[in-house]
Amino acid sequence: MTAMAAEKPRGIAGTISDVFFTRPQLLTLLLLLPPLLWIGVVYVGSLFALLLQSFYSLDDFSGVVVHEFTLATYSQLFEGSNVQIILRTVTMAALVTVASAIIAFPIAYYAARYARGWMKALFYLAVMMPLWSSYLVKVYAWKLILAKEGVITWFANALHLGWLLDGILALPIIGGPSLSFSYLGTFLVFVYIWLPYMILPTQAALERVPTNFIEASADLGADPGQTFRTVIFPLALPGIVAGSIFTFSLTLGDYIIPQIVGNSRLMIGQAVYTLQGTAGNIPLAAAFTVVPMVIMGFYLWMAKRMGAFDVL
Amino acid sequence: MSPAVRFQNVSRHFGSVRAVDGVSLDIEPGEFFALLGPSGSGKTTCLRLIAGFEQPDEGHIEIFGETVEGVPPYRRNVNTVFQDYALFPHMTVGENVAYGLMIKGVEKSVREAKAKDALAMVKLGGYEGRRTAQLSGGQRQRVALARALVNGPKVLLLDEPLGALDLKLREQMQEELKSLQTSLGITFVFVTHDQGEALSMANRVAIFSDGKIVQVGTPTDVYERPASRFVADFVGSSNVLPPEFAASHSGTPSWTSLRPERIEVVSDGAAIPSGYASVKGLISVISYQGAVTRITVVTEKLPLIASIPATTSLRKGDHVTLAWPKAAMVAMGESA
Repeated sequence: MTAMAAEKPRGIAGTISDVFFTRPQLLTLLLLLPPLLWIGVVYVGSLFALLLQSFYSLDDFSGVVVHEFTLATYSQLFEGSNVQIILRTVTMAALVTVASAIIAFPIAYYAARYARGWMKALFYLAVMMPLWSSYLVKVYAWKLILAKEGVITWFANALHLGWLLDGILALPIIGGPSLSFSYLGTFLVFVYIWLPYMILPTQAALERVPTNFIEASADLGADPGQTFRTVIFPLALPGIVAGSIFTFSLTLGDYIIPQIVGNSRLMIGQAVYTLQGTAGNIPLAAAFTVVPMVIMGFYLWMAKRMGAFDVL
Repeated sequence: MSPAVRFQNVSRHFGSVRAVDGVSLDIEPGEFFALLGPSGSGKTTCLRLIAGFEQPDEGHIEIFGETVEGVPPYRRNVNTVFQDYALFPHMTVGENVAYGLMIKGVEKSVREAKAKDALAMVKLGGYEGRRTAQLSGGQRQRVALARALVNGPKVLLLDEPLGALDLKLREQMQEELKSLQTSLGITFVFVTHDQGEALSMANRVAIFSDGKIVQVGTPTDVYERPASRFVADFVGSSNVLPPEFAASHSGTPSWTSLRPERIEVVSDGAAIPSGYASVKGLISVISYQGAVTRITVVTEKLPLIASIPATTSLRKGDHVTLAWPKAAMVAMGESA
């Protein structure tokens, strides 16, 4: 018997493996088909249905949705209280994003550059653990912390700083009867809840800045401050932008936090919730939903234009 | 004139590892100086000590007569070409080269002109607007070189500068670096584990082993007169003869180096030339290397390696007589 140059495939599984090995495109197609169908039908499809709704309008007298194309619903977005809702939400989202970035950066920087071994494990644990518990529970916990009878008031009084807290609450716009009924409180809870989404991408971006870039910068005469501004920060920017996409869009769409902690003025999420529920105004709810999408699209376009993704 | 770089009894420890252990060294201005040694021998740490990325635990370092203890890298007038070049990916080639000048606050038009000149000097004229990701390894190497040289350093440090390049490009860059150094007159200090590179480029070589310098000298010095068995073995290849063998072949009774290319094969019956030592043996390995053929000959006492012309008709298993000039035996120090 002569030795064969090639072995026979081993069973049906072997034959299938051989087919996939020689035709990798076939394997890719098979692997991608289910998720593509899901995204296409369930995800993009429903988004498209939503978009369609926003071009309908609600008949004021009968409360019935008129299935005719119109831009009337969109024009309602620019009316008094609706514009206020949009501006309020966008301002809040922007402030939450900036504050998250400022708080997250030093933490991410430490974790990426200095933390090793168990310190690194502790970092991941500390950042991720809040994500393991219920979002609702955390928000209610914050309501208690921020309440007039809560820990913060108690602590401020114990330190004889009650006057400071009262002073802050007396500030126009951001203040209120107590922290849990103020924009400041809403802001604090937003920052707390979304912070991990800012820390992790920032840390990942910093992690990818090799030490020898920093050494090269120092070698070329840059002091640590200059190195930070010209090398580390620009290279971390894609991570910060990625994080800001999370914090910004999550704040834009959230309707639970402002409902539990904050004054009674609506955010976009709450407006959508109310409009599609009790008011039954699906077209306006849909139009409101389109607002964050447009804002995010614009934001990403700006970020790209400013070169935030050049080093990706 | 004070030396370009002076190490006085410098040590640097990492935990219990003495990466650099009591090194004293003077590098003269305008030298092309090689720090040669196997990996982990302390040569790169020495380079980093000059650059300022490391501080010595003991000893004293001067650059052009000025002590640099406590002086951070950004206040030292030396520049480094990093092993993997460390080009900034978020800047164009031109911005990379102009970086040091930008940091110094040089006006934009001036630094752009200087960057352009520096790039032309490394034969990359017109590449200013490119992204570093679009460059080949050899081009990155040149950009890194231009980026360092544009600052007019007093000492240029090169960390395994040619390590990542393929053979042909490496040979070409060796020549270019050498002519660049000659025309600029700047002191070049480079780290390499490639003895061929060190011998062909450097004016002087310091050979490192276990954090210590074992020999400093010109390439001829270290090749022809290795100070120790380590040097003989590391720089080129060598037959290291034990004292008794050397003595019995009219050498001095000490460890002795005998380079393979000094050994000849004497045809049967021919007389041994005067002034030559000889030994009989059997060819156990024969390996064709293009320019030469290398044979391993088992003799009574020890195997000897000889480089002979590639045109040889000898075969494995042939009995041969090896002969070499007695002057080719170089007595070395006792140290390993």
